[in-house]
Amino acid sequence: MRNAFSHRLRPSDVARVASVGLRNRRMRAALSALGISIGVAAMVAVLGLSASSQAGLLAEIDRLGTNLLTVSKGTTVTGETAELPKQAPGMISRIDAVTAVESTGATGAKVYRNPFIPAVNSNGLTVKATSLNLPASVSTSLERGQFLNKATESRPVAVLGATAARRLGIDRIFTGQRILVSGQWFYVVGILKPAALAPEVDDSVLIGYPAAEKYLRYNGNPSTIYVRSDTEKVNDVHAMLAATANPEGPSQVTVSRPSAALVARAAAKSALNGLFLGLGAVALLVGGIGVANTMVISVLERRSEIGLRRALGATKQHVRTQFLAEAVLLSSLGGVVGVLLGALATAIYATVKDWEIVVPTLAWAGGLGAAIAIGAVAGLLPAIRAARMAPTEALRTV
Amino acid sequence: MSDNVQVADVVGIGESAHARAPEPLLQLQDVRKVYPGVTPVIALRGVDFTIHRGELVAIVGPSGSGKSTLLHMMGTLDRPTEGSVRLVGSDVAKMSDRELAKLRATRIGFVFQQFFLSEYETALENVADGLLYSGVNRRTRRALAAEALDKVGLAHRMDHRPPQLSGGERQRVAIARALNGNPDIVLADEPTGNLDSNAAATIFALLKKLHREGATIIVITHDRGLAARLPRRIDVLDGRIVADVTQGATGTVDPELTVDWARDTKEQA
Ligand SMILES: Nc1ncnc2c1ncn2[C@@H]1O[C@H](COP(=O)(O)OP(=O)(O)O)[C@@H](O)[C@H]1O
Ligand SMILES: [Mg+2]
Repeated sequence: MRNAFSHRLRPSDVARVASVGLRNRRMRAALSALGISIGVAAMVAVLGLSASSQAGLLAEIDRLGTNLLTVSKGTTVTGETAELPKQAPGMISRIDAVTAVESTGATGAKVYRNPFIPAVNSNGLTVKATSLNLPASVSTSLERGQFLNKATESRPVAVLGATAARRLGIDRIFTGQRILVSGQWFYVVGILKPAALAPEVDDSVLIGYPAAEKYLRYNGNPSTIYVRSDTEKVNDVHAMLAATANPEGPSQVTVSRPSAALVARAAAKSALNGLFLGLGAVALLVGGIGVANTMVISVLERRSEIGLRRALGATKQHVRTQFLAEAVLLSSLGGVVGVLLGALATAIYATVKDWEIVVPTLAWAGGLGAAIAIGAVAGLLPAIRAARMAPTEALRTV
Repeated sequence: MSDNVQVADVVGIGESAHARAPEPLLQLQDVRKVYPGVTPVIALRGVDFTIHRGELVAIVGPSGSGKSTLLHMMGTLDRPTEGSVRLVGSDVAKMSDRELAKLRATRIGFVFQQFFLSEYETALENVADGLLYSGVNRRTRRALAAEALDKVGLAHRMDHRPPQLSGGERQRVAIARALNGNPDIVLADEPTGNLDSNAAATIFALLKKLHREGATIIVITHDRGLAARLPRRIDVLDGRIVADVTQGATGTVDPELTVDWARDTKEQA
């Protein structure tokens, strides 16, 4: 037995010895680990919620489709707005990979609920001529009523975007409901749901191209063209669109991919994340101070235990390891509880929001790592103090 | 029993009950200890003696005479200011802190007046922890602990926690812990200081029994009556040894010191 003497405790013995103080004073251990738990929970929840909401947004974008491209008016070299040629939609639809082409044309007309509203009270709404399959190509549908059709596109009939309907105070469709566009009454036949991929449609009052030409003397040029194509060939189509839409001035055409902008926005971290992460860090710090405090008291109270252990043959290193391990164990327990709480909060919120539950590795591993690191730092000084105590000093009973 | 007392002028002629060849186990030479401070305290003023394997020695003296200091020197818990302490031949002064810890872990067992048991652990766990730092695995520690508890008559109390035990029983657990792993020497500092006279007598009877079984034990006490019944007695006064007495007839049965666990357990009632 003597020959087999080893000065190192087995890991299982270190764990057992480290847990002695915690097992004996459960309440105190729980309370001092609480701060760490709260800090870690806050951090894990913030990162988890942000990742889950991002996953939710990306799923939503996927659902809307990433194969929509928009072609809109650009500017000429001299800085004027360059009109899109009337035949642009037709040209674009001849591209192989293109599956649908729709367009709108801004008429510049103003719209009012009734004639008594002063003209200066412009409501920021635009009146646009539209082709007849617009809703499907911008991934929206009708909230109420119906869209324009062959019969109504040449008549004074309008469909409202979601925002336009709200601003005009119209939430239902009934016979005879009308709005005033450039002194001409238009009958409202439908209201659209919000179009996440084309928010400009939300602000619009949509009428047919023939009606726009007839009642508003609109020239019939499209101002925005919505192009759907095979998802795998979106980039190829993207490259060809400008030249196809306006062969004479490809540089005067703006082509964009709305889903890309949405993805970028989804990826952007909310400024609130930083704030909550900061609060979590503060809670962790306070938790660390709590652990340090507990360890200092523990060392003072357990003087005779330290003396006894030295008499039983513990080296300074053994004593130091014991108290350091106790601090690390305490804060990692806090960390584990914190990770579970944070993950639970994420899971509940994501489930309510119908998002995928995502707890990034960085969040839980980072939270746990931070807890362990804080425990080590908090326990270091008390552990060194315990190890420095002379055996006789520790054994002395006052 | 005093008719058999003889004064041993020459230190180190301790006779074991088993007539083993006397092997010097612990040798103190001119040990002095000064506690520094504003008014330095001279706790030991030159102490010499040798303890041989198999001895049972009482160290007696009034409070403040330096007994605990002496025990700390013998147990390598502290180093002498001057003089040398040799344990199984090696000079403590030349050993590192780490080596001393190893020595304590494997060769020395301690018993204290305050027991120093963990209230939250069973008697078995407490005794097993006596070998925690000696490199023995947990299962072996527990197996040896069970044996040690059996030796002190507490086999039936293994799963009890200290608060469920009487004072005498607690001290017996502490003695079992000191014995666990068969150290070369057991050092007990006032083991009966917190016990009533019945329990104290039981503890002394136990020490005598362990001695008969071969253990080397040094017990500090200020109870001269109990000390007088042990084979050798060292009297300390004011940091000096004033008498070192070896008594014969240690093998005789002392009716008051037969091991009677019942006497100890009665105390609980
Ligand atoms: N750590 C210490 N610092 C200063 N003085 C001490 C210390 N330990 C013991 N003493 C003093 O040394 C003397 C001997 O003490 P001690 O060995 O405890 O005696 P005993 O155990 O015989 O009662 C006493 O005067 C005591 O006050
Ligand atoms: Mg003392």
